[in-house]
Amino acid sequence: MKATSDPFVRREMLAPAAPPITEAGAVKWMRENLFSSPLNVILTVLGIGAVVYLVSHIAPWMLRGVWNAGSLSECRQIIEARYGEGVTGACWALIRERWPQYLFGFYPSELYWRPVLAFVLMLVAIAPVLFDALPRKMLWFALVYPALGFWLLWGGSVWVPVMALAGFGVGYVAAKVVQPLAGTILASIAAVLAPVLWWLFAAGPVAAALESLIPIALQEVRSREFGGFILAFTIGFTGIAFSLPLGVLLALGRQSDMFIVNKLSVGFIEFIRGVPLITLLFTASLLLNYFLPPGTDFDIILRVIIMVVLFAAAYIAEVVRGGLAALPRGQYEAADALGLDYFKAQRLIIMPQALKISIPGIVSTFIGLFKDTTLVVFVGLLDPLKGITDAVRASTDWKGVYWEPYIFVGAIFFIICFSMSRYSMYLENKLKTDHR
Amino acid sequence: MAVVTDEPKAGFRLGMLIYDTRYRSITIQIVVLILVMAGVAWLVDNLLRNLAVLGRGIDFSFLGNRSGYDINQTLVEYTNDSTHARATLVGLLNTLLVAFLGCVAATVVGVLAGVMRLSKNWVIARLMTVYVEVFRNIPLLLWILIIFAVFTEALPAPNAFRGENPAASMVLFDTVAFTNRYTAIPWLIFDNSMGWLTLGPVYLNIDLVLIVTAVVGGVFANRAILRRAKRIQEATGERPTTWWQPILALFGPIIAVFLFLGTHVDAPTLQGFNFTGGLQVSNSLVALWLALTLYTAAFIAEIVRAGINAVSRGQSEAAFALGLRPGRTMSLVILPQALRVIIPPLISQYLNLTKNSSLAIAVGYMDLRGTLGGITLNQTGRGLEAMMLLMLIYLVISLIISGTMNIYNNSVRLKER
Repeated sequence: MKATSDPFVRREMLAPAAPPITEAGAVKWMRENLFSSPLNVILTVLGIGAVVYLVSHIAPWMLRGVWNAGSLSECRQIIEARYGEGVTGACWALIRERWPQYLFGFYPSELYWRPVLAFVLMLVAIAPVLFDALPRKMLWFALVYPALGFWLLWGGSVWVPVMALAGFGVGYVAAKVVQPLAGTILASIAAVLAPVLWWLFAAGPVAAALESLIPIALQEVRSREFGGFILAFTIGFTGIAFSLPLGVLLALGRQSDMFIVNKLSVGFIEFIRGVPLITLLFTASLLLNYFLPPGTDFDIILRVIIMVVLFAAAYIAEVVRGGLAALPRGQYEAADALGLDYFKAQRLIIMPQALKISIPGIVSTFIGLFKDTTLVVFVGLLDPLKGITDAVRASTDWKGVYWEPYIFVGAIFFIICFSMSRYSMYLENKLKTDHR
Repeated sequence: MAVVTDEPKAGFRLGMLIYDTRYRSITIQIVVLILVMAGVAWLVDNLLRNLAVLGRGIDFSFLGNRSGYDINQTLVEYTNDSTHARATLVGLLNTLLVAFLGCVAATVVGVLAGVMRLSKNWVIARLMTVYVEVFRNIPLLLWILIIFAVFTEALPAPNAFRGENPAASMVLFDTVAFTNRYTAIPWLIFDNSMGWLTLGPVYLNIDLVLIVTAVVGGVFANRAILRRAKRIQEATGERPTTWWQPILALFGPIIAVFLFLGTHVDAPTLQGFNFTGGLQVSNSLVALWLALTLYTAAFIAEIVRAGINAVSRGQSEAAFALGLRPGRTMSLVILPQALRVIIPPLISQYLNLTKNSSLAIAVGYMDLRGTLGGITLNQTGRGLEAMMLLMLIYLVISLIISGTMNIYNNSVRLKER
């Protein structure tokens, strides 16, 4: 007889049991990230409490805001009519009405197209610098842009910026002419000297002569009429564009073996870093006339830009110096061993690596510079934050407005500075060559 | 490569100044020096000519004249009959006060925020990220103005604290009152105050000197006790019982000084329409201090985070493997290494805070720029001298801060070959 039955043998795997509810999904996440210890429970509750408190106090005020009104009292009436007696709300109508002033200051309103065009062209000009997927030919436009932007913003004869640009052409021609006659070094001296002579002595008369021959000019706008965000952008971006090369030069000077060059760079950097920007701006506005030939008077925005450039350059010099110091000694020695001269070694080997290391520092210096453009209010220029806001508040319609302009200007600064810092992170990631 | 020992016979030619690397650097330096000196000479020449046109020279004697203006917050004795030099000193002390308070508070807030940003708690980490990004990316001037506006616009007037059902109430067990004009805080009163010690132009508050001496002495005594305990432990292997000695050393002298001076705490109380007693701190100082603290702390938080991240995980794992408890791991292994990364950028944040305190002008806090670079400059018309002096003072402050912090930095630096 056969055995009663076969022994039980499992032929397929059991389906895995579901994890306990505390070890899966949202509950697990909360247990691990919010309530992992008594201290964390307290912190979580406090944190959520703080957020709820802030949002519940600020959000209704912001949401009750009025976008269409002619004055602060009208705003208040609308809000009280809508939500009942004693309720307050934001008066965004201020920003709607004073928007042009915040953007352009007292720039003549019929000429608003010029700063707008300059801004759009600026985006076109910096795009190839920021993203290398774009055609490299666009860099030529970036090189021409400073003169173009200057002409659009300030107006005047087109020949002034053209002749200023021509200085670079003069330098190039001088170098080409001298090179076969007297060798490379004299050619590079000529390439520096000729444009300087051109700008000092020839550019002005030539521009005047050309202007009388072919008059092409835009209506002039004086610096005192600038204000708001075009002022911040003009100072900020000119500062950024010019402080980087100057800062790199200063850093090289500080790393140099040449005693005099080194000590001059150190002295300059330490002096600039030791004093507040405000005192430098005051020097620019009050004292610069003492140091120029009697009777000269040059543009206040230009003076401020010069000071901002010098200020940022000293900080960038320190950042770049850190990058230079972080490079292994072997890189310098390898460049020497390849027989590269100083400038070739710097351009091909040292700087690409040193600047890559310094990107975060450089960008945060730029962010600082852009934020510091608000300080120009203390030398009488109308920055968007205090200058324009005070001007707006001085009118009877908007007397007593406090928070709305600050929130608006702060938000714009935040967007710009935050995108700069995100761009620097993107750049760091893109240039990262180590394998981790 | 063969070493050329004999000099080329040709002697010195003019071209070698440019083409020979032995002489080129000298040539470049001489050219640079000539250019810089020419530039400086040009500036000085212009300055002298301009001064001649205006008919005046460089003259610092205005510092000895009567200032004739009042300052709302003075740490040392000052009236409008005092000299401009005295006003400068008042401004300098005000600058140093807000810079010191700001540095201390920013360090505390910044370290907390930096550590919390690394926390595993999702809510706290995100909150701190938002705090850091918001404060770093918006100009300091805006924070100063907004916090000042909160104090002057949103807070109640002192008389709102009156009555049976007051519209406003004091906080922290009825000891601190935030009003739209000042913040009233409790303050120490010395019944047996020793007064002021006058040494020529220097005035010293003897009470303050005593307290500082007691604190510093206590710290040094504490260190001596701990060093002795360590020495005995290393020699004998047994650590003497020391828990009560440091407490005595740290707190004994200061309590003795307070008792000697007859100290009691004076809390602000409402009398009539205003608060009396305690200390009334002007809102411009509080707003400036808060703004500088929160703004700089955001930067310090990032520095602390970077410093802690820079210590590799292996270090803490090794410490745990050795059996160190988490607290000891932090204080003996992680922190000393992180500090090396943290200190240098921290120094520059302290410097930035000190320099940024010159934004006091926006809220009317009379710091160095407000007195010497503001009213004194405008009243005397000595712009050149005042600005030179102002820059010099800021430069000296910066150099002192970076000098002291560099000494500390060198003491914690990794000692290499």
